[in-house]
Amino acid sequence: MEAAHTHDHAHGHDDHAHHPTGLMRWVTTTNHKDIGTLYLLFSLTMFFIGGLLAFGIRAELFQPGLQYWEPEFFNQLTTMHGLIMVFGAIMPAFVGFANWQIPMMIGAPDMAFARMNNWSFWLLPPAAILLVSSFFVPGGAPAAGWTIYAPLSTQMGPGMDLGIFALHIMGASSIMGSINIVTTILNMRAPGMTLMKMPLFVWTWLITAYLLIAVMPVLAGAITMVLTDRHFGTNFFNAAGGGDPVMFQHIFWFFGHPEVYIMILPAFGIVSQVIPAFARKPLFGYASMVYATSSIAILSFIVWAHHMFTTGMPAAGQLFFMFATMLIAVPTGVKVFNWIATMWKGSMTFETPMLFACGFLFVFSMGGFTGLVCAITPIDIQIQDTYYVVAHFHYVLVAGSLFAIFSGTYFWLPKWTGHMYSETLGKAHFWLSIVFFNITFFPMHFLGLAGMPRRIPDYAMQFTDFNMIASIGALGFGLAQLLFVAAIVKCARGGEKAPANPWEGADTLEWTLPSPAPYHSFVTPPVIK
Amino acid sequence: MVTLTQSNLQTMRKLFIVALAMFGFGFALIPFYQKICEVTGVNLLLKPAEISNTQVDVTRFVTIEFDSNLRSSLPWTFKPLETSVRIHPGELTTVLYEIRNTSTRAITGQAVPSYGPNVAEQYFKKLDCFCFTQQTLQPGESRQMQVVFVIESGLPKDVGTITLSYSFFEVEGAAKKAG
Repeated sequence: MEAAHTHDHAHGHDDHAHHPTGLMRWVTTTNHKDIGTLYLLFSLTMFFIGGLLAFGIRAELFQPGLQYWEPEFFNQLTTMHGLIMVFGAIMPAFVGFANWQIPMMIGAPDMAFARMNNWSFWLLPPAAILLVSSFFVPGGAPAAGWTIYAPLSTQMGPGMDLGIFALHIMGASSIMGSINIVTTILNMRAPGMTLMKMPLFVWTWLITAYLLIAVMPVLAGAITMVLTDRHFGTNFFNAAGGGDPVMFQHIFWFFGHPEVYIMILPAFGIVSQVIPAFARKPLFGYASMVYATSSIAILSFIVWAHHMFTTGMPAAGQLFFMFATMLIAVPTGVKVFNWIATMWKGSMTFETPMLFACGFLFVFSMGGFTGLVCAITPIDIQIQDTYYVVAHFHYVLVAGSLFAIFSGTYFWLPKWTGHMYSETLGKAHFWLSIVFFNITFFPMHFLGLAGMPRRIPDYAMQFTDFNMIASIGALGFGLAQLLFVAAIVKCARGGEKAPANPWEGADTLEWTLPSPAPYHSFVTPPVIK
Repeated sequence: MVTLTQSNLQTMRKLFIVALAMFGFGFALIPFYQKICEVTGVNLLLKPAEISNTQVDVTRFVTIEFDSNLRSSLPWTFKPLETSVRIHPGELTTVLYEIRNTSTRAITGQAVPSYGPNVAEQYFKKLDCFCFTQQTLQPGESRQMQVVFVIESGLPKDVGTITLSYSFFEVEGAAKKAG
């Protein structure tokens, strides 16, 4: 394998030898590594924009009463924070990882459709501009919550149209990206790499990409219906014309629930690469991990109505969706068990990627448990639309998806940049993040149980203390992320030279390449024994 | 022998077809859900109810309050002729609402009922209601419309007052067709 890549440039494509430089290099690039970098930088930018909106929310909630924003603007903040973080930060970050890592991990020279890959990425910045510019149109940005429930979304100003167009474009980008990923994984694996020999990150992305292809079009359908209800006189969700607003929720959550697994399965994949590397043991229960991931994906299609327990469905429906939801705890439990079993009796060291992976394991599991609490119908009826739910999904999305993204970034930064990151900065980033994360979101459980509703800019006096704690935590968490930027910038600019494999226990194909990974890798596929 | 490019394109075509099919599936969910609601009897607000037991429970009184709303600047007036009635469960009751079109164009509207408390919905049986059909009013026309209903005697003991609230929505584009 070592010999395979050293002659890359000799028989590499001629046109890449003198590819455009400067800005045009990035605009016209079809290289999976360049596109991966673009995705990751885009996602980092959106992460900070979404974070700024979150700070606006927490500033308003620092004290009861209305301090800074009108309630209408507050609703825009919560909505846009959700939309930007989900569609602008978390999802593109994972696609960035997929672009960088999947070809290297399966021994392919590039993605299957390099030109389409370029297009998938370059659809995103215009979509983001559309979305963010909705703040400046009459009536402001979408304010119906990230779920854009009808009839709120069918009544708002032109900001909602901009939001819908942005979602359409991002959806198209996701579908093309997923088709690319599935094709690459199915057709371009190195000889000898059977499906069951693929690294788990590749497996989780294969399943995620299938989920995306299945549900992004359903979201596109739902928002198209909102659009025609708004402008073309249809009545899909308009009760007066024979439609039903609850119908929107059914269609939205048919997309929405698989969507939350789209945001967590690649995180499982990253953690499944990191933990074995730092425990210096192969992943425990590889096959069961694959089956658990697939079962989670299949179950995700039959649990959507647990988001709608209070819409007045028959008891039989509530029972079905309650039990189906609880069933998901089984494959998830298998995964958590396997990660811990991988650590068991391993020679563990705690560099930053491993710290984030352990943090993920601990805090994500807490989010998983509150998910089980929310799944119980009678309890959900009490806590739905309260801060308990906000706490729950931030435990799985921030401490789950985001921590896994951090873990993966530190894990692969040496491969991407050719330099070791600063362990001091990384560790400071981890400890500040996990402490401030819990200061921010743990009190929200209590607020929710005590009945504080979400998406409301004002609250009753008795909620003040916990809200102050949460707001202070949010400020700390936000500032801690500047360390992440500092660590990346420092690493990209220089530092200790990274060896081909800086991690003793990492054994996937990308580590056989020199660091930084050459622009063209595995032009001659390696042979897997 | 199929080249890699050919098999890649083949995979892409299949996946695009799946994506297109799922886009269609999103729309197919609408008739699918309507069928489910019909079969399981969920959400039958706008259909006449069938009542089985008309035994009047004279030991109990229930107050029914009537409320009326217009949505999205519908240029009508809409009010119940009496704001509340006090009746026994099981008693057949008729009340009247009046609508008037104060604009200079023909407008079609649809009323949608809701109940407070929510739990009362399943015991509130409407045998006839103006909400079962769309109402078209010519300019200046007014109309009195009836609601015939029975409160089933199974109504929980702690519900002493039920609010029946109607919202009238304009059905855009329907007035022309109705002529």
